[in-house]
Amino acid sequence: MAAAPSRRPDAGAALSDEAYEALSVESATVVQRTSVWSRLARNWSVRIGGVLLALLVLIALAAPVLGTVDPALFDPGSRDLLPGAAGEIMTLEGETLKHTFLMGSDSFGRDIYSRVLYGARVSLVVGIACALLSITLGVLAGLSAGYIRWLDGPMMRVMDGLMAIPGILIAIALVTLWRASLLTVVIAIAIPEIPRVTRLVRSLVLSIREEPYVEAAISLGTPRYRIMFGHILPNTIAPLIVQGTYIAASAILVEAILSFLGVGLPSEIPTWGNIMAEGRVQFQQFPHNVLFPGIFLAVCVLAVNILGDGLRDTLDPKMAKRAG
Amino acid sequence: MSAILEIRNLSIGLPAGGDRALAVRNVNLTVGAGEIVCLVGESGSGKSVIAQAVMGLLPRQLPVRSGEIRLQGEDLLAATPQRLRELRCVRMSMIFQEPMTALNPVMRCGAQIDEVLRTHTDLDPAARRARIRSIIEEVHLPDPDRIIASYPHQLSGGQRQRIMIAMALVLEPALLIADEPTTALDVTTQAQILKLVKELQTKHGTGVLFITHDFGVVAEIADRVAVLRLGDMVEARAKDDLLSAPEHAYTRMLIASVPSIVPRHRGADAEAPVVLATEGLSKVYSSGGFLAARHEVRAASDVTLQIRRGQTLGIVGESGSGKSTVARCIARLIDPTTGVVRLGDDDIAKMGVRQLQPLRRRVQVIFQDPYRSLNPRRTVGESIIEGPMNYGTSRDEAMDRANRLMELVRLDPKALDRYPHQFSGGQRQRICIARALAMEPELLIADEAVSALDVSVQAQVLRLLDEIRDRLNLAMLFITHDLRVAAQVCDHVAVMSKGQVVEYGPAAQVFGAPTHPYTQALFAAAPGRDYAFGG
Repeated sequence: MAAAPSRRPDAGAALSDEAYEALSVESATVVQRTSVWSRLARNWSVRIGGVLLALLVLIALAAPVLGTVDPALFDPGSRDLLPGAAGEIMTLEGETLKHTFLMGSDSFGRDIYSRVLYGARVSLVVGIACALLSITLGVLAGLSAGYIRWLDGPMMRVMDGLMAIPGILIAIALVTLWRASLLTVVIAIAIPEIPRVTRLVRSLVLSIREEPYVEAAISLGTPRYRIMFGHILPNTIAPLIVQGTYIAASAILVEAILSFLGVGLPSEIPTWGNIMAEGRVQFQQFPHNVLFPGIFLAVCVLAVNILGDGLRDTLDPKMAKRAG
Repeated sequence: MSAILEIRNLSIGLPAGGDRALAVRNVNLTVGAGEIVCLVGESGSGKSVIAQAVMGLLPRQLPVRSGEIRLQGEDLLAATPQRLRELRCVRMSMIFQEPMTALNPVMRCGAQIDEVLRTHTDLDPAARRARIRSIIEEVHLPDPDRIIASYPHQLSGGQRQRIMIAMALVLEPALLIADEPTTALDVTTQAQILKLVKELQTKHGTGVLFITHDFGVVAEIADRVAVLRLGDMVEARAKDDLLSAPEHAYTRMLIASVPSIVPRHRGADAEAPVVLATEGLSKVYSSGGFLAARHEVRAASDVTLQIRRGQTLGIVGESGSGKSTVARCIARLIDPTTGVVRLGDDDIAKMGVRQLQPLRRRVQVIFQDPYRSLNPRRTVGESIIEGPMNYGTSRDEAMDRANRLMELVRLDPKALDRYPHQFSGGQRQRICIARALAMEPELLIADEAVSALDVSVQAQVLRLLDEIRDRLNLAMLFITHDLRVAAQVCDHVAVMSKGQVVEYGPAAQVFGAPTHPYTQALFAAAPGRDYAFGG
């Protein structure tokens, strides 16, 4: 054979030249898909959960202007008022204000309405902070367990150990170990959630790391940390958002439980849990002490969970296929 | 010849927002007794929708808009679900592409066939057992007692497909619908299954509607052929007429796109520098160890190959032959167990990550699945510039190069800021080629890079690869299971079986006069080799 390879213009499989030339204009036709946002906006669970949650956030932010008084104020003259009753309350400066107790008052003469509205702040902050904290730590643990082979065993055994202890027990132990404050409560609630996030992320990483685009990145010489954070992490976001909503809902509940048991935030800081705890003894005569914070707690947890379900249905391609 | 299946003016709708209003439009088709009609089309042509319509399996989103479907004169579109259940298996049956998912994994094969008999006949258990045995013998499965007692996962793909066929034909239906029944099978298994379908069809006088995308299979099995294109039937004629003198331009294009099995002669420079050579390359997977018994699998053993600049080496083999393992060892996506992988002057087989880093760019891979080889959350531009930027190219310079490469792979450079899901499979595969070329590699590995593509798109990508190899003077390692593709692109061919290279030589020699029995069997099984495809 001659030294120089021959160059045939008609090389390759027999494909007509017109068809081949047509390739250059082909890119004009692209598939258009509806964006994630518009799909989210069409989902009823997302709509209902989102609106309820937005309302709660609004209430929590606007608590000072919604006809409330300082939630720490009490007036022995206005003890155990029924919802809607008018009474008086003394400010810190010693003035006496006329005040309508929309949700009644407790046995110290504090305004339940004000306490519940301010309590929403604590619950929402705890929910969001716990979700963010446990997801951040869980993602770091899960990514390293999934991508760094030798770390997998030790890391997951530690997580198994954490999972073997009931979450609420760990939280109680941690809070009693430290002084109860917003920060310690958030950390105590977030830690038991970490193993679940770690397991989720690890299993996602194990399947994503086998995807051809990750192998392509390896052969493109992309360093390992950039493969982990640039290729693998972004593709775990959707399930993580869903998991985050569930963690938030459960954190709000756990915070209420801790407060109810008396190991949570001190009673100067009103939370739905400690309002209910204080109303518990008088529940038979004055159910409103427990009822109103209970309703808010239920609606809040429900809203977050509904939102989570909607997000899962829209973001998870498997669920979307089943629905469509 | 009486018609078993008659489809008249059938139109089936698509959900709103699709690329067209109707999945199939005004389709007319008849299948006579003892006749095999092939329904051919590329993906999205609506061929499977027709099969589903006949079986009464259409999903609710695809309503029949007009037309009629008659099975031996009975109107199927007017039939109640109850009546359709009575007809299925008794008078019409279907076999599917993926025998593993079509069989129930937790039921023994015998019990699955028995279920058909119990549902549709009044036979007593002894008669049913006898019938199951005889049908299993009829589909040529060895050792019927063992097969009856086996679960699907204990059988091979070909055996599972035989069970499917046994189940479909046990009640001797008048019509058999086969939806890509051999697409998931190896070529030698495919040849056996095709032979079996033909044999049983002749014996029972069954009418067969055979759906396929593969013209080789058509040439092997069809009596008549109907060609579908985006829901329209463009041509329906006797096989020989259609294959030898296609009338419609689309049919002509499809047939011309099928690569010829006769290797193309190409002057290969025997003195060109060797880009890559492997010596005694082996990969052993071992499992178990601590508690379980140690279990070793030799995925590749003692593979010795070399590729020169400007030339293409093809590795041909069936699934499990180890061809992809070799490619992945060469690209160092997995670590070889023993042997030498010489890239230029460097042995990269045992190199550590740091040593390997500067050499990585010289070997680039194009993967099989175009839908999974691009990160869905990055624009194609970002994907293409990633590699060069890893090696210190500035963003602007890399973007510049990406623009030129998009033109080289014949895509609009304006599409660089789009996301992968906005492109078709063939377009994505061209983007993957651009991404690999951005590294200016010396060796391009195409691991089944055209296997997932429709035949016309496949022809485009093959031609593009060919053009690029010539223009950039690259060495190429081409992994494929498809002999036709290998014949068209390869200068040298290595045939692999069970982890070993059984035959290795210039393409013309291997294709012209195969010496190893396995190679000979492989060629004998290639469907449609009696027809000259490729225009």
